[in-house]
Order: sequence, then structure tokens, then C-alpha cells
Amino acid sequence: MATKKIVTWTKKDLLGLEYLTKEEIELILDDARSFKEVLTRPLRKVPTLRGKTVVNLFYEPSTRTRTSFELAAKRLSADVINIVKESSSIQKGETLIDTGRNLEALKTDIIVVRHNCSGAAMMLSRSVSISVVNAGDGWHEHPTQALLDIFTLKEKLGAINGINVSIIGDIAHSRVARSNIWGLTKLGANVTVCAPEGLIPAGIEELGVKITNSVDEAIKRADAINVLRMQFERDRAEAFPSTIEYFKTFGITEERLKNAKKGIIVMHPGPINRGVEMSAEVADGANSVILEQVTNGIAVRMAVLYLVAHAKREEAPTDAV
Amino acid sequence: MVFKEKAKILDEKDMERAIIRISHEILERNRDTGRLAIVGIRNRGEYLAQRIVKFIEKTTKENVPFGIIDITLYRDDLTEVAEQPVLKETQIDFDISGKRVVLVDDVLFTGRTIRCAIDQLIDFGRPAVIQLAVLVDRGHRELPIKADYVGKNVPTALNEIIEVRLREVDGIDEIIICEKPEGE
Repeated sequence: MATKKIVTWTKKDLLGLEYLTKEEIELILDDARSFKEVLTRPLRKVPTLRGKTVVNLFYEPSTRTRTSFELAAKRLSADVINIVKESSSIQKGETLIDTGRNLEALKTDIIVVRHNCSGAAMMLSRSVSISVVNAGDGWHEHPTQALLDIFTLKEKLGAINGINVSIIGDIAHSRVARSNIWGLTKLGANVTVCAPEGLIPAGIEELGVKITNSVDEAIKRADAINVLRMQFERDRAEAFPSTIEYFKTFGITEERLKNAKKGIIVMHPGPINRGVEMSAEVADGANSVILEQVTNGIAVRMAVLYLVAHAKREEAPTDAV
Repeated sequence: MVFKEKAKILDEKDMERAIIRISHEILERNRDTGRLAIVGIRNRGEYLAQRIVKFIEKTTKENVPFGIIDITLYRDDLTEVAEQPVLKETQIDFDISGKRVVLVDDVLFTGRTIRCAIDQLIDFGRPAVIQLAVLVDRGHRELPIKADYVGKNVPTALNEIIEVRLREVDGIDEIIICEKPEGE
């Protein structure tokens, strides 16, 4: 039997992968494997979070992440409440902190928050004693997306240590990229980021990544590429003139993948702009794990909800040894 | 916490005999071996179940469906336990509906683990019968649960623990009774 160091989860929140140790990240990934098994059972539900209430508090539109969190909570038998900006008191000017305190007063247990401001999840977590899970804050972090990306990579490649991962696309405005960089480098992967000049944030190399402006270079030695969505709706016109231009220079095509390692893994956090970041053939091709990522997302989020709900919080007395 | 070893209850030979006897009793009570299935409760129940399956298959020359159950997600004390349990996968790759399922665990104590295992099994389907086999019954039940097959009944005090060591995990087959030192 492999004896592994037993890691105890002590954090009430999941705010970002920057704040986790390698061991804590591995704990989430290990537990996610067990939760993935739950999803294959004839009855895809366990009573683990019965009586707990999870609030999805979303200040930004989202289908995948919100649905995934909702399913994860329901598979754990928690009650789920969805609050979206458009139909709530947020419209009347209530602050994030007030909303959080009210949710706590309503005796809920976990707030899953998405917000357009970087640091929103942390601010919320400091003003409530219930758990906060970051579902994306501004350009800062989207930890569960990176965790499911890493989980998928681990499933496909067996280990993260030593693998080459290239993240391609709008690095500057991507919380997915940032969380992936934190998580992957902590687990020992070699990370390369690839983007047009204007979409590489200053100082990114300090996070221990290589930089390239050539997509062919990024693909060449990669075991996996994680292709980000071009966020044209956030007016990046100055960074790149048009979607067609972008596709020509940075789009992932079957032609380009011919120079890649055999079996290169193609990931995308969704939603895909077909014909912008990648061709439809690549998105649906044999190397693509995009839909597996979606399935794995539920397992990873179940693990996160389970761990924060049962955290052995640091202030709690530890067992006398 | 350091426990003081008090006595060895079963050695390697005793354990082997107990497992063989339990296997025979299981066959005796479940003549329709075509419907028999064995499910071990993690961690050590898994290995005991494996040994029982091996013996039954050798005796009957028939395959016996075998599964492993991890009860963590069904525990009623997750918020209270001092140590966070390590989550592992459940593996039941056959349809348990209509089966005569024998649950296997090392020690029967409060009965709460068995309650979790039964609840979980029922979420997988509707077995014809669920029976329970344990290597040691140490008493102190907190739920109305009783074992169908028992290796050894060991009356214990609450400050004692039963330590089952199996060669698959611990490199040795033995069962020790230990005592919590005074003042803990």
C-alpha cells in the first residue's frame, strides 16, 4: 500500500490556488476522483451535505460554472439557492458585503461567488464566517476551473510533475490562466503562455512561466494546450484587429497540430468561439477533452464543497495526540 | 495518543481458521451461490472480503461478484470527527438488485459504520438480502445491528481498542487488544 501523508483541510474558503499548498491541491484532486465515481453510480447522489445550503451568488453571466456548482451541490444533497444580479437587491444598490451578511443571517452555509472585481471573493470571505468559494473574480482567479483542468490532465497523463502545458490566448484578462499557472507550477509542470504581445501581462514571468508570441512554438513541445476564449466582448480591439486575423495567427487548427506531440491534449474552458481560438475540427477532434472537462468540473466542485463544509478550521481545537 | 498493547486475541493461524469458517457458514446460509455477492468495507474489510471470495471461489468453482464500499460520504459524524477521514472510491461494478449481499468488516463496534454501508448499498439497488460478516464483535452497539457471521466475540471496555492487522496492509495477520492509558 502506498502510504501518503494525510493532509487535513483547514480552510473555510477556496479563494484561489495562489493560497493553497501543493498538498492541499492534491487533496482536492484525490477527493475529486472519488466524487467522479459517485457520478457513475445508478443513483448519482450521496447524503454528505444534507441540511447544508449552498448559495450561488453570481454578479456575472455564467451557464457552465453556475450549473456545475448547482449540480455538484445537489449531488451532495445540499439545498441550492441561485441569486443572479439582474433579479436581486444588488440592483437596488446593496453592497457585496451586505448581501453576504444577509445570506449568513439566512443561515446558509456556503456562498459560491462570481464577481467582475478582482478580490471580491476574498473581501466577502473576510466579512462572513460561512464558507466562500470563488467562482471567478475579475481577472484574478477562477480556482475550480483550473482544478478541473489539472484533474483532467492528471487523469490523461498520470502525473502533473514535469509535463509541458501551454496556455494560449488572452492571458492578460484571464483568471483561468492565472489559476492554472498557480496550480500547475505548484505541482511541478512547465508552463508556457502564448498570446499576442498586447495580451501578455507585464511581470507574468515572475510566476515561473515561459512566454512566447508564436503559437507554433507553444504547441511544439507541449503535452497539453489550454486554449482560452478570446473575449472580444470586452473590447480588445486594440489588442487584435479582428477575429479572422486572430484565427489566422493564433487559432488552433489540425494543420498546426501536425507539428505537435502525438496525443497532445487540447483543452478549452468554454464557451468556445469556433473558428476564432480553434477550428471546429479541433474542438470536436480526437485530441479534444473539452467535454470531459465539463464532467470533471462537477466532481472537482463536489470535492471543494465537501472540503470547505467539513474543514477542520484552524481555530478549532485539535485532537490531543 | 499512545495505546498500550494488552493482549493478542488472534494470531495468523486463528485468523485463517476464522475466515475459512465464516466462508463455510456463508455458503451454508446462501446455497444459491449464483446470487451471492461479497462487499468489503474499506479499509480492512476490503481485504477480508477478498480472502472470503477467494476461498468461496476455490470451493465452489464459481465466480462471486466482489465490491468495495467507502462509507465516508454516508457518515453522520463528519462535522464532529476529530480527524478528517480519507476519501476513497466505492467499487461496485455489478447490479446488486436481487443479490444476496454479504457485507464484510473487520470490527463491529457501535454499528454506525454498518448503518452507512447499508444505506449506501441500498442506493445502488435492491438486494434480496444483506448479511454481515465481521472478524471481531466487540460489543457496545449504538444501533440495532447484529452480525450474521462472527470470527470472535471479544467483550471490551470502552477505553480499549481492537487493532486488526492484516498482511495486505500491515504485513502481519493478528488482532491485538490495546488500552488507552489513564488520564486520556
